[in-house]
Amino acid sequence: MTTITVNGRQHEVAASPDTPLLYVLRNDLELNGPKFGCGLAQCGACTVLIDGKAARSCSVPVSAAAKSPITTLEGLGTIDKLHPLQRAFIEEQACQCGYCSNGMIMAAKALLDGNPRPSEGEIKQALNEHLCRCASHNRIVRAVQRAAKEMA
Amino acid sequence: MKPSLSRRDFLKTGSALVISFSLAPELAFGQAKPAPLPGSLGTNRMLDSWLRVDADGSVTLFTGKIELGQGIGTALTQIAADELDVDLKRIRIVHGDTALTPNEGQTAGSQSVENSGTAVRFACAEARDILVNAAAARLGVAASALSVSDGTCTAGGKSIAYWDLVADANLKREASAKIKPKSASEHKWVGKSVLRRDIPKKMTGGAAYVQDVRLPGMVFGRVVRPPSPGAQLVSFDEAAVKRMPGVIAVVRDGSFLGVAAEREEQAIRARELLKKSARWNESASLPPSGDGLYEHLMKSRSADSVVSEKTSASAAAPAKTLNATYTRPFQAHGSIGPSCAVAQWREGKLTVWTHSQGVFPLRGDLAKAFAIEPANIHCIHAESAGCYGHNGADDVALDAALVARATGGRPVKLQWMRDDEFQWEPYGSAMVMKLSGGLDAQGNVVGWTHEVWTHPHNNRPGALDGVNLLASWHLEKPSKAPTPADPPLPTGGGERNSIPLYDFPNQKVVKHFLPEMTMRTSALRTLGGYSNVFALESFIDELALAAGADPVEFRLRHLRDPRAKAVIEAAAQRAGWQPNAKGDGAHGRGFAFSKYKNLACYVAMVADVEVDRASGKVRVTRAVAAVDAGQIVNPDGVVNQIEGGIIQSASWTLLEAVRYDRTRVTTRSWADYPIIHFGDVPQVEVVLLDRPEERFLGVGEGSQGPAAAAIANAIAHATGKRLRALPFTPERVKQALV
Repeated sequence: MTTITVNGRQHEVAASPDTPLLYVLRNDLELNGPKFGCGLAQCGACTVLIDGKAARSCSVPVSAAAKSPITTLEGLGTIDKLHPLQRAFIEEQACQCGYCSNGMIMAAKALLDGNPRPSEGEIKQALNEHLCRCASHNRIVRAVQRAAKEMA
Repeated sequence: MKPSLSRRDFLKTGSALVISFSLAPELAFGQAKPAPLPGSLGTNRMLDSWLRVDADGSVTLFTGKIELGQGIGTALTQIAADELDVDLKRIRIVHGDTALTPNEGQTAGSQSVENSGTAVRFACAEARDILVNAAAARLGVAASALSVSDGTCTAGGKSIAYWDLVADANLKREASAKIKPKSASEHKWVGKSVLRRDIPKKMTGGAAYVQDVRLPGMVFGRVVRPPSPGAQLVSFDEAAVKRMPGVIAVVRDGSFLGVAAEREEQAIRARELLKKSARWNESASLPPSGDGLYEHLMKSRSADSVVSEKTSASAAAPAKTLNATYTRPFQAHGSIGPSCAVAQWREGKLTVWTHSQGVFPLRGDLAKAFAIEPANIHCIHAESAGCYGHNGADDVALDAALVARATGGRPVKLQWMRDDEFQWEPYGSAMVMKLSGGLDAQGNVVGWTHEVWTHPHNNRPGALDGVNLLASWHLEKPSKAPTPADPPLPTGGGERNSIPLYDFPNQKVVKHFLPEMTMRTSALRTLGGYSNVFALESFIDELALAAGADPVEFRLRHLRDPRAKAVIEAAAQRAGWQPNAKGDGAHGRGFAFSKYKNLACYVAMVADVEVDRASGKVRVTRAVAAVDAGQIVNPDGVVNQIEGGIIQSASWTLLEAVRYDRTRVTTRSWADYPIIHFGDVPQVEVVLLDRPEERFLGVGEGSQGPAAAAIANAIAHATGKRLRALPFTPERVKQALV
């Protein structure tokens, strides 16, 4: 049994300690936000915040995340009570398929927490290792700028 | 995601206008062919196969076209809301379900708005007429006196709503298409950038994808693919894997190997151990790579056909002739989410949740693979990551169904790992385009030839013979792969967009179709269109240069179609095109144009590039596109498709080629298949030329070809060096600049 704290709630999970956090979040906690993309920490689709820092949950063992608060996309906001980043991604229509959006939003959250007024270059740099195949990059950058403005 | 409504739920009688799902009326032998109907109504002729109105005040649309992030669900509801005079919020939409929706084949070829949208438009216009007449009869007024607002019909102080008319109005009838849809000026929703209905749940962790389907008792599956195409499984250590925690079943059938486990990570670990212990017989079956690939393609056995030929006796003989050969490697779809499916067997019947682009063709191929009736298979579409054509979506459905035969009725969710997707998805075909052009003394093109060597671009499920599902070829009793075929003209496959729209007095286009695939190929966004436009529009620039002409003026002078000219002029104007401007060695700009498939949207583009001469790295800094897509349903949806297409094409053009040796595909992860990153994404501007009185023209694949050629032309403009071999990697560029 491992105890993890996700979106402010504690969960006991019956996964072996070396289980990648991603599968615990998706399958034990039934969270849809983090996605399996590569399992190699290359694409960013599985990104969550661990202790406020963006982390690739496909490559973090659940045991290593047990001591720190974990935030997923679901922890930011809900359809009825959107986080400014979620609202901005909707307003800017910042996706096609949306499979990478989780990682984009979570990485942007980590960025804005440390740098509330990032430049376009800083946003691109923060997201540079996140892959988007539909090529919504420019919309994503605009969405982050929009959210930053709203949160300022 | 909970499983969608069952057929029985949907077909509950009593409260709905539609009391049963009806298929096109069967024609008695000898009866005349039915009259043609617009769009997909032609093949799905009953009104109630497209929509239903319920007593609870909801309207449900049924479409065979699936949502894959292109926004089709939103566009179709916009069209329906306008024709029916109901609010967008009332409309629910069901995509691709073999028990519920019309069969519209594949969601492909930028045809969803053209085909499904046209059908929805005519079906809803006719349904409105039926409903309004029923309202008139109830209220005792003339139908023409009624006005309709959000489904409520009103005249002279009396009103009744569509949902109160479920007993009166019968939609279970064949469409006539005799009710004229509204004109553009009457549209409330069409033409507006309505926010897409699928996005909010995607941004908040809602159940949006097949990966989010969770069923009671569900277990997790993985496959262990052969290490190379054609490899045969000799042995593996089954006992060791069966002892692993959580493992429920190991499935071996011929060279197909799969595993199911209670937990996902257990299935992944079991896959690893199976991979380690499996012994395979491999053979060197892959083609050469590098330049050798293209020599190999041109020497392969081919079925040759003349795609287009035109001769003029009066045209002048060429004063100057140019020849050029262009190439494109095998390229991958590279979906961010590897393919996934959920399958469950119950009493000999199979249900599959799938992100296939065609649930009906998939059902047909699954039925063949399992030798059961299609009626015993229910395929339900659920979204996944963008596919950009035929990726592993269909194949993984068979994988999941094969593994689910061994789990005692428990559903299996099976997702491919990253290397499964990269190594086994069907690629976009490598191609060679050999062009020749003659200029007269005035610098006009008088002769043009375009030869293209290509593997097939459409090996999807649904072929008449054989089964197009990967695992079916690996079974102990393998299915036969269908005879490779390309879509016929006018859309074409490998020859797509090879016929110039320019007005050349002499022209000949020849296709060398290479049916023997050394690499498995199928539909990648645009099929042959991307590479043919790359070659054609690069070569136009080469001829313009030889003629001493400005590329934009040169194109305009050879075109007659006013809509083609209009997009070219609009792109040039927005980009601030300076005729005959010179590149400075590091910066340049290029132009390109195409009409996708020669029958869908018109796109003209300007690309600005920056070439780092030291490293050879090319960056596209800005792209400007002008688009004529006929009537536009959702302007932002069109812009999204066009700008996404440009950036994706920049990635294909500058970076992408599948790596392999003579035995194995060596592209296994993103490290082996780099794609564009944020830092290299160009700024994109899209100009829309709306033509509200024209028919819809598909846009999903309109910008990839022009983007490639505009980049090539911009590099030539910047450096004076012409690159003809895709992709333009730093090594290639550096080599060219020496």
